[in-house]
Amino acid sequence: MNQECLLSVENLKTYFFTKSGVVKAVDGVTFSVSPGEALGIAGESGSGKSITCLSLVRLVPQPAGRIVGGKVLFQGEDLLIKKEEEMRELRGKTIAMILQDPLTSLNPVFTIGNQVGEVFKLNGDKKWKTIRAKAIDILNRVKIPSAEQRLNDYPFQFSGGMRQRVLAAVGIARKPKLLIADEPTTSLDVTIQDQFLRLLKELQQRTEMSLILVTHDLGVVAETCDRVAIMYAGRIVEIGSVERVYHAPAHPYTNALMKALPKLRGRTKRLYQIEGEPPNLYDLPSGCRFHPRCPMAKDICREKYPPEVLVSGGGAAACWLLVNGGNHP
Amino acid sequence: MMVVMEKRGSNGKVPFFHRWRRTRLRLRRLPILGIGLLMPIIVCGIFGPAFYPHEPTQMNLAKSLHPPALLPRGEWSYFLGTDQLGRDLLSRLIEGARVSLIVSIFGVALAGLMGVSLGMIAGYFGGGLDHIIMRIVDMMMSIPPILMAILLAASLGSGMMTIILSIMVIFWTGYARVIRGETLSVKQRDFVTLAMVTGCGRVRILMKHIFPNLVNTALVLATLQLGRAIIIEASITFLGLGLQPPASAWGLIISEGRMYLSTAWWIPTFSGLAIMMTVLGSNITGDWLRNALDPKLRRI
Repeated sequence: MNQECLLSVENLKTYFFTKSGVVKAVDGVTFSVSPGEALGIAGESGSGKSITCLSLVRLVPQPAGRIVGGKVLFQGEDLLIKKEEEMRELRGKTIAMILQDPLTSLNPVFTIGNQVGEVFKLNGDKKWKTIRAKAIDILNRVKIPSAEQRLNDYPFQFSGGMRQRVLAAVGIARKPKLLIADEPTTSLDVTIQDQFLRLLKELQQRTEMSLILVTHDLGVVAETCDRVAIMYAGRIVEIGSVERVYHAPAHPYTNALMKALPKLRGRTKRLYQIEGEPPNLYDLPSGCRFHPRCPMAKDICREKYPPEVLVSGGGAAACWLLVNGGNHP
Repeated sequence: MMVVMEKRGSNGKVPFFHRWRRTRLRLRRLPILGIGLLMPIIVCGIFGPAFYPHEPTQMNLAKSLHPPALLPRGEWSYFLGTDQLGRDLLSRLIEGARVSLIVSIFGVALAGLMGVSLGMIAGYFGGGLDHIIMRIVDMMMSIPPILMAILLAASLGSGMMTIILSIMVIFWTGYARVIRGETLSVKQRDFVTLAMVTGCGRVRILMKHIFPNLVNTALVLATLQLGRAIIIEASITFLGLGLQPPASAWGLIISEGRMYLSTAWWIPTFSGLAIMMTVLGSNITGDWLRNALDPKLRRI
């Protein structure tokens, strides 16, 4: 199975060392992505989704953040022990990223053509004419109308959705093997969001690249991804195919999330609500991190973190209820 | 500010009418007052010798302390009057324009070069380097500018190079502070992260992504400092540490004329006015430049 993996993350740990203590933003995350697959990473804010992504390309905010352990195997090579120059070579070329906020991710003082063109310049293209032609081509592929004329426009002349498309163009320009999209649709409204996700899906399928989509919107995951990983307080609590996780969630947290989603059919009652608040990352609860809020918590949940257990129907979840048939004192 | 979206024809080019309209709009916004004040000084600075009514150093003791033309006893050939040695004031002011411009432009440019590069390095790399650079800035800022100029003049001797050096030493700290702050804020912005994930190196990010966002600030600061630099230059020459007689510099003219203030008010007044014109002109032009360089307003 390891042979097929494009990316395999093992026990990744990224901590932030601050004056008031150590924040374990990512604390032992393990997952893998096959070629051409779309993996969704979902979780509430502060659960470590974005930091996981930044750790993959080794761009954790310095100097407080540091990757303290684990492996990130990309095509069999550990990215965490590579030299910085080798990483730079890799970024953008084989692993690309789309950032959260399209409104601030483009440099306001350069034209769109200039910024899209820079990617090709980094790729080694010298002639302005070929760069321009390639920029027009890539903007056409992300469906920006009259790309040739809009090349000379500045970012402020683009709408949010258009800017996100430009960012997607920058992302896919060098035909990466893996595209990481960190909440690409959070700042777009729903119709534009839908358009953009369709575009992303289409680009992914056409170029056969892998996609990691980070979001807190379970609907977005369902629409775009093949598999989903649910994160809670720096760990993945459940991972599996979208179908299985949505229809038969194994972990109580996932289950609670699904119950909290409004349904289109049936009578609308008050939505389900998870009691309590996400844990303070400075001071994590002992044992399973979800136990203070878990309706089915047992004694053992307070003491030890549960092992990952394979779930019937594919995937895995980390919960004591799945161990030993749930028979714990 | 009004933003006019440009209209494009079917071939993607801007039709003539709109192009003309845009040009007109841009022209209407030119700082007439600023340019009007600055232009005569610049023209005098470049083509000075062509306008001398008299040789600036030519003395005529018979005509000493002659009043300006419009006053009783005034003569048209000595339009702004003469100084204590009978030299034509207008000619001396024209010659002084050249000195002031050279000194302030070179001084401010050198200060900018030094301040912007050090500020960018401090802001971008941070850490110990930042501390060292910024503490040097604090140290330099705590020394009064004139004292610094006196120190430099004492060690290097007086002359034009000394003034340029003093202006650089006095002004680079201002740039460094402002540019460091701007760099800190620009490097936090998402497009820098985007450049990082696209695989740009540090130097490329600093020069291609951060620097262009700072040019604006640096240019505006430069035009504002140009005014102050001229005042510093005048002060240094006034104290006798800059150019030496018989050369003409505005500060020197004021300093020589202050003894005759009660009888010949025109000597310090007109040289003071020349200084004021330059300072005000460069400040107004600087304000205009700030707006003109804003990319949101640039393409109107």
